[in-house]
Amino acid sequence: MVQHIRTPFDASFAALSDATRRGVLEQLGRADATITDLAGKFHMTLTGMKKHVGVLEQAGLVTTEKVGRVRTCRLGLRRLEEEAAWIERYRRLWDARFDELDKVVEELIRKEKVDGRKKRE
Amino acid sequence: MDARRESEPAPLKNRTTVERKSERELVVTRTFNGPARLVFEAWTTPMLLKRWWAPRSTGVSLLSCDVDVRVGGRYRFEFGHEGSKTMAFFGRYIEVTPHSRLVWTNDESDDGAVTTVTFEEKGGKTLLVMHELYPAKETLDGAIAGMEGGMPETFAQLDELLLTLGTSVGQS
Repeated sequence: MVQHIRTPFDASFAALSDATRRGVLEQLGRADATITDLAGKFHMTLTGMKKHVGVLEQAGLVTTEKVGRVRTCRLGLRRLEEEAAWIERYRRLWDARFDELDKVVEELIRKEKVDGRKKRE
Repeated sequence: MDARRESEPAPLKNRTTVERKSERELVVTRTFNGPARLVFEAWTTPMLLKRWWAPRSTGVSLLSCDVDVRVGGRYRFEFGHEGSKTMAFFGRYIEVTPHSRLVWTNDESDDGAVTTVTFEEKGGKTLLVMHELYPAKETLDGAIAGMEGGMPETFAQLDELLLTLGTSVGQS
């Protein structure tokens, strides 16, 4: 599954397709938690929870930090939000350019019509 | 019944879309109400390019625009933004097929994208597709992540430019 992920968006959607992982995000939205905490809450083994957190981490939805022997997880939505915001800014740049380009094309069309008329006269 | 004047129907604005197609590709699309030959002309004539490449809302002005549209020919755009230093975008045309296809390199950074623009005419309208292929996932990620480490300076400048645009559009 993981090896088919091509973009951060795909990774996010894949990460969110699992009920446990959505639950983990909800939980982390309330408070940071350790892998052990999360494993306990969702009645899972440490290994199982590590896998889920790994998928969320790959998607940029969760960040983890290991201090001593304890790994703490927190929400890390930034990458997805940044990408969406960047793409929207980029879209606006090209949209603004293309609005001007529309005017140039309109003018070229008008000019061609006038020139065509002149030629026929 | 309807009081709107029929003489000048409000033209429907064509939509611009941007999509990250894969980890290395960005695709921009837009339809223009005119034949491909005229849209192509507007992309390849310096006098015309100047009129639309730096729209007022971006807050930057196009200081110079030199284009030599033929295979191997070079282009260079220089922008200025309120007294701050100028930024340049430059590269080479590697494919020029009149009225249908333009391909150029973006050489302002070592790992710039290759841009392909196609013009497809249908019923007097032109569908424009601009495809940007980055050399690696990391380059496009870097462009998007903005301030993250290892990002070429030009991307920071581009991002700054886009940010300026974002705010000015947001306010209007």
